[in-house]
Formats: sequence, structure tokens, C-alpha cells
Amino acid sequence: MKLKKLLLPALSFGMALFASGMLVAFSDSKVLALKGQPLEMLQKAFATAGGAYWALFRGSIFDPQLAQDRFIEGFYPFSETLVAATPLILTGLSVALAFKAGLFNIGAQGQFIAGAIGASWVGFSFELPVVIHTLAAMAAAIIFSGFYGGLVGLLKARTGAHEVIVTIMLNYVAAYFLLWLLSTTAFLRPGRQDPLAPEVRESAQLPHLFGEDLRANLGFFIALAAAGAIWWLLNRSTWGFRFRAVGANSAASKTAGISVARVTTSVMFIAGALAGLGGAMQILGSEPAMTAGIGGSFGFDAITVALLARANPIGTVFAALLFGALRAGGLTMQASTETPLDLVLVIQALVVLFIAAPALIKAIFRLKNVETGEAVASKGWNG
Amino acid sequence: MSLELRGITKRFGPLTANDAIDLTVGDGEIHAILGENGAGKSTLMNVVYGLLQPDEGSISVDGKEIKIESPLDALAAGIGMVHQHFMLIPVFTVAENIVLGHEKTKRLGILDLESARKEILRVSAEYNFEIDPDALVENLPVGLQQRVEIIRALIYDAKVLILDEPTAVLTPQETDELLRNMKKLKAKGTSIVFITHKLREVKEAADKITIIRRGKVVGTASPSASQEELASLMVGRPVSLDVDKNPAKLGGVTLAVSNLTISDHTGRSLVKNVSFEVRAGEILAVAGVQGNGQSELAESIVGLQEHVTGKIELEGKDITKASVRDALHAGIAFVPESREEDGLISSFSIEENLILDLHDLPPYAKGPVISQSVVSTQAEKLVKEFDIRAQSAKDSASSLSGGNKQKVVLARELSRPVKLVVASQPTRGLDVGSIEFVHERIITERDAGRAVLLFSTELDEVSSLADRIAVMYRGEFIAIVPADTSREELGLLMAGVKR
Repeated sequence: MKLKKLLLPALSFGMALFASGMLVAFSDSKVLALKGQPLEMLQKAFATAGGAYWALFRGSIFDPQLAQDRFIEGFYPFSETLVAATPLILTGLSVALAFKAGLFNIGAQGQFIAGAIGASWVGFSFELPVVIHTLAAMAAAIIFSGFYGGLVGLLKARTGAHEVIVTIMLNYVAAYFLLWLLSTTAFLRPGRQDPLAPEVRESAQLPHLFGEDLRANLGFFIALAAAGAIWWLLNRSTWGFRFRAVGANSAASKTAGISVARVTTSVMFIAGALAGLGGAMQILGSEPAMTAGIGGSFGFDAITVALLARANPIGTVFAALLFGALRAGGLTMQASTETPLDLVLVIQALVVLFIAAPALIKAIFRLKNVETGEAVASKGWNG
Repeated sequence: MSLELRGITKRFGPLTANDAIDLTVGDGEIHAILGENGAGKSTLMNVVYGLLQPDEGSISVDGKEIKIESPLDALAAGIGMVHQHFMLIPVFTVAENIVLGHEKTKRLGILDLESARKEILRVSAEYNFEIDPDALVENLPVGLQQRVEIIRALIYDAKVLILDEPTAVLTPQETDELLRNMKKLKAKGTSIVFITHKLREVKEAADKITIIRRGKVVGTASPSASQEELASLMVGRPVSLDVDKNPAKLGGVTLAVSNLTISDHTGRSLVKNVSFEVRAGEILAVAGVQGNGQSELAESIVGLQEHVTGKIELEGKDITKASVRDALHAGIAFVPESREEDGLISSFSIEENLILDLHDLPPYAKGPVISQSVVSTQAEKLVKEFDIRAQSAKDSASSLSGGNKQKVVLARELSRPVKLVVASQPTRGLDVGSIEFVHERIITERDAGRAVLLFSTELDEVSSLADRIAVMYRGEFIAIVPADTSREELGLLMAGVKR
């Protein structure tokens, strides 16, 4: 039963790898040069695709070359994968939780930035003892971003303003607010002209997991704990029951006496806090000096991650790890095989395409009686 | 023209909706197809009309086998259909609706409505339908809209007319009118296939009756058969159509509503200055044609309407402005009109649906944690008490039949301490067995001293359950009359005619 559920994502991933492999191979000039000799061309194509994927593996999981001096060094790529996955897990959870409650949170990007601002500010401007400093920075991130997200919920509950529009706009607000903030004396690093905040103090930074050389840090486990907590919240608590009820049928929930307005507001608060915690992990874990580009595309990739995971909190962890690996490995792939990084983005897109269209995979493989699960975003614009 | 179906089988996945159905409709005959909701009547007719393709079987017209692949083929073969939900565009005129899809043009592509208008007037005069071709459809009463559909079929030369549950939306008077018109059509040689689950109408209008149960033809009957015989054939077991009930033992006033007015967000009033009382131990039934403010009135009592003025009191306590939760917990059981939309969360399990209202209260929740074992035990108990037929209480509510869904709603609403039951169309779309169950349960609640406010558009239901009947027309209580008021009088009141 469990295995059957995994069949579809696995096939989707396989299909995406296959399709991208074709793309990698047949966009390569050396492969195309062999147009006249089909056999050689095919061989070369296989070699090219294989080489690209091998580079991807070396860049994301384990690099035998690095392992020659010190074995643990071989896991440097894996550590990078964890670093890339950590904020994605949290922003992914943010979007997934909102999905479960029938809300489409496009605002993880802005909430991520709000959290990063909070963590950075507490991180560099206060002097506190070790553990307390980290916790204080995290708390500031959660409060800043929680309110940033909660505002969206409140607006929707009070006035019916659609969360998609409000969150998209708030993403801009957050990004430009950050840019302005980095030009103020409070946030601009002394002696710098370019938007760069001071580094957060050592006392606030998250401890590394495998020694100083590998960047993997405690943030990954905090993200895992958050995933566990959200799973528990959704499946065991009265709050989660209401969240899911409103997400599945808000009219029936209302008729049964559940306050949809309160659910909307609290879900968006928690979703915001999760994304903001992602921002804190980035600041406290791997990028202690905040720049204008701190948000990267964590908030937008989160939507894809949540879709891939079908809004399941545990699935979100795995989807984020996959994306983290693609992100970390993509760089190596580009460096060592001349395959452009853009193709990694194509792989990501194809994975999601095949996952989001289970009917397509079912048709390709002629599967019957495989649970496709509910389409998570089927509610669309007016959900 | 005669229509013959042979061995029609239609499957949807594992479900066989029509199982080798044979049916012959003779020339100039009114042939009733009687069956419960979900028996496969509509599927069969959609096959005949070309909206669905049968997996097996053949269709012949006048002894010649034909293939019907689309409604256009059906029309060409002389088969017309009036759907349960009318296929009319409200903002178009009658004539525009009728030419829709068959537009003729004059030179330069100008729409030729004149010939359609003439045709409409001709057919309308022939059958005394009194239809103005230039009237906007949205301004016509439902009964007239239905005539527009019939005229459309006749203009396109339908010799066999399929009427799918045509009386569901009509007042009793409009129903009688329709039945008379059906006989007129028959006299002029049109065959009619009349799909319904209402026994009285079948007996009144049909020449032949075919009964369908679970996708199969289970028998034919003549209109002289008794209602009980027809019902037993339809359900597959003996059925009692009468509701047994003792005289009401009236208690104090449970619900007092005074000067209640409800408006929509544009400020248009949907319920106007309504006042009434329901006492403990009685059933006040609100009759009326759908869409006269009943839904809004029902919802307002549990706080689901926003723009409400006036006063609603439950045992003397003002609950006009109470939240839904407070109203429910003050002792109101609410059975909403739409089970699917408002009553249940279909992707949730039966267990979860049973605690939608109580999930955060002991014993179901300990603090913020839902206690799964208590939820399951309680669900088992309710499943047994309310005879909910499901493989497991962990199955999703969407797997249940309509009757069992309604039982889940009832079970949940009656599992709280209740003083007042507000039930909106509680038997709509249910099979006869479930209707019996719901009726008995409502009587049980009344006999246990609860006040019951029942909203129903089915006159038979109103008459058999009510202790008093209120008739609602255009948002007002036009009259409150005793339970033994005649059908005719109720019908007139429903049409807004005061004595």
C-alpha cells in the first residue's frame, strides 16, 4: 500500500531524469556533430547524459576525489545539499500548511525575508549568551514573519481580500523594504556602500554538524523538527483538525460552527512563521551577513516543493532534499561538464510537471488502480 | 412514433448504471419510468438523447435501428428532451433561446428571429401555452420556462419527448398544469417518456409504467396499481407510506422569531418581517416553492446569515447575533439543505465528520489533542444507532450513498443536547428507505419534547409530518394553517394566493 503510493512520484522522477537526459545529450554540440553516424551519436549521447548525471551526483551526495585526503571531505557535497534543503523545507512547510487549509500562500518569499531581517537584527546588534542568542534571533524571526503572514490572513478574514494577490504584493514590499533597510545606518555594515549587513555574532550562529569545514548545521534538524511538529499539528491536534476541515470544505466547517476567519488568520500566521524561520536558518546557519539577495528563490521554489510533496509535511522534507540536491549538484554539473545550470532548472520543472500531472504518468505507463491522491492545487483562484 | 431500447448497458468503472434495459415506448403513449434517485433513470435517458454512449445494446425508432452519437442525432431522429435543470440562458428572450444552436440568418448574416417568433406563437397557440416570444426567460416563472423547453423540442419536430423529473421545481398547480399539457401533447400524437420518483403523478398521467431499481428493469405496472405496490417495486421491499404519529404534546415556547428580516449583500430583502413560534413537542413545517426565502430563514436561526434584523429567541435567550458555534451549542440541531456542500466534508472520514462540531471539547479532545480512541468508539456507537451503512467508520464520507450521508449529518447534529431541530429539505434526493428513517427520527425528536422546524418543498412530506404548516411566499409567511389543510389550498398559498 505504502509502496504503491511511492510508485507514482518515483516514476515521475524517472521520467523527468530521462527527459532531461535527452535534453542534455541532444543539446550538446559534440553529440549534434555526429549527425551522420546514428550509432556513434547514440553512444555519445549516452556518455554525455551519463557524465552530466555523474557530475550531479558528485555535486550533491558524495565526491570520491574530495574523499581521497580525508574521507569525511567526500561528503562536502552532501553537506551542501543539506544547507540548500534547510530553508526549502521550512518555506515548503509554510506553503504546504496553507494548502491544507485551502489557502495559496505565494508569500513565503516575503515572509522568508521578514524572518531573515529579524534574525539578522537580533544576531548582530545584541550581545547575548550562546544558546539564548540563537533562540532570541529565531524568536524575532518567527514574530516578524508570523505577523507578516498573519496580516494576510486577517485581511482575508475581515475583507475577503484574496491571499494570492496580497501575498504577491507583500513579496515586493518585503524585498524593497530590505533594500532600503540595508541603506540605513542601523543595517548597513560600517564602511560599506553596497547593501550588506554586519555578520551575526558567533554566539547566535548555529553549530556545524560535521566540523568547521562542512557547512551543514543544526538548522537542518530544526527544520526536521518543524516538519514533525506540523505533521503532529495537522493530524493530531484540534487546531489541525479545523485547518484541514476549512481547507476541505469551508462551507461545511462554517455550518458546523468552526470560525473560518480565525482559522484563516492563524494558518497564515503559522505559515508566515515557518517561512520566516527558514530565513533565520539561512542567516544563522550559512549566510551570516544579510544581503539584498538573501531571499534567493526559496519562497518560490517552496511552492514547487509543496506541490511535489502534495502538501504532506513529511513529503515536504524529501521534496526539499531533492531540490537541495539538484541545486547543489547543478553547480558541479555546470563546472565539470559544460551543461548549463539552466538545465537543472529544467529537470526541476519536469519533475514537478510529471508529478503534478499524475494522469500523464498513468497514461504513459498504463497504470491502473494507483492512487493519484487529491490534486492539491485544484482549488485554484477562488479557493 | 415508437421508441425501442434493447439491452442497454452502461457502466461507469465498476458501477453498472444500466444493466441490459429493455424498454418500448409506443406511439402516442405516456410512459413513466419510475425509480429512486440513483436507480439509473437519468443515465438511461442521457443514453437515448446521445449525451452518453451505451456500452451495449441498441436503440430503434419505428422499428429501424439508429445510432445516436450526439443530441443532434437525437433531434434528427425526432427525440427531444427537457432536462431537470433547464438549459436556458436567463438573459436571452424566449425566441433567442429557442434559435440557439440553430440560428438562421438573413442576408449579411443578420439573425432571423422573425420566423422563430412565428413558430413559437403557432405552437404556443396550438397547445394554449401562452408564451410571449419576446419575454426575457429570467422574468418567467419556472412553469413557463419549462414550457419554453417543451416548445423548443416541439419546434425541432420531436415526436418523442423525454421529461426528466419535470415536476421537481413546480408548485402543485404548475404540476397539474404540466400533467394536463402532457395529455394534450399525447392527444396530438407525441410520445412522452416521463421520468419521476413521485407516485401520485405517475398514477395520474401515465399509460404504462416501467420500474427501474439499481440499473435494472424490475417490473412494469399499469396506472391502476396502488401507490404502495408501486413503492414496493421501486424499493424492493414492502413500504409503508404513512407516517405513524401520535397527537402532539405541546410544551412551552422553544423558538420565538419576531419581525425577522434578512437581506443579501445588495440590500434586497429575502425574508420580510417574519414572526412565529415553535413550541416544544411540535413540528412546524414551512412549505413553499423553492427559492422563496426558506433557505435563508433556516440559516439565520443558527447564525449563518449576515444581514439580519429582528429577534430570534431560544427558550427566552436572544440568539439573534450569536455565532454559529454558540447557536449550535445553545441546543440547536441543524440539518442543512445541501448535504454535500454544507453538511459534510466529503474527503473526511465518517468519524471525522461526526465530530466536526465537537472536536475540541471533551471527551473528544484532551486539551489541544484529539483523542482518537474516543472518537472511534463514539463513531461506532453512532454508526450503529443511526444505521449508517459503511464498511468502516474510517471510510471517507464521499463513499456513502445520499441516505447514509444524511444519517451522518443527523447523527452528528443529534449527538449534542438539543432543544430545537431545524431541518432544511432533509429528505431531498433520498431513497424511500432513508426517507422513512429520517421521518421516523424527526417524529422521535418531536415526541421527546423537542421543537422541530422543518423546511420542505414536498407537500406530501409537509402534510404527513407537520403539526402546523406555515406557507412561505416571496420571503413572507403568507399563512400559518393547520396540518389537515387540503393540498389544493396549500398549493394556492404556495402560489401567493391568499384566501
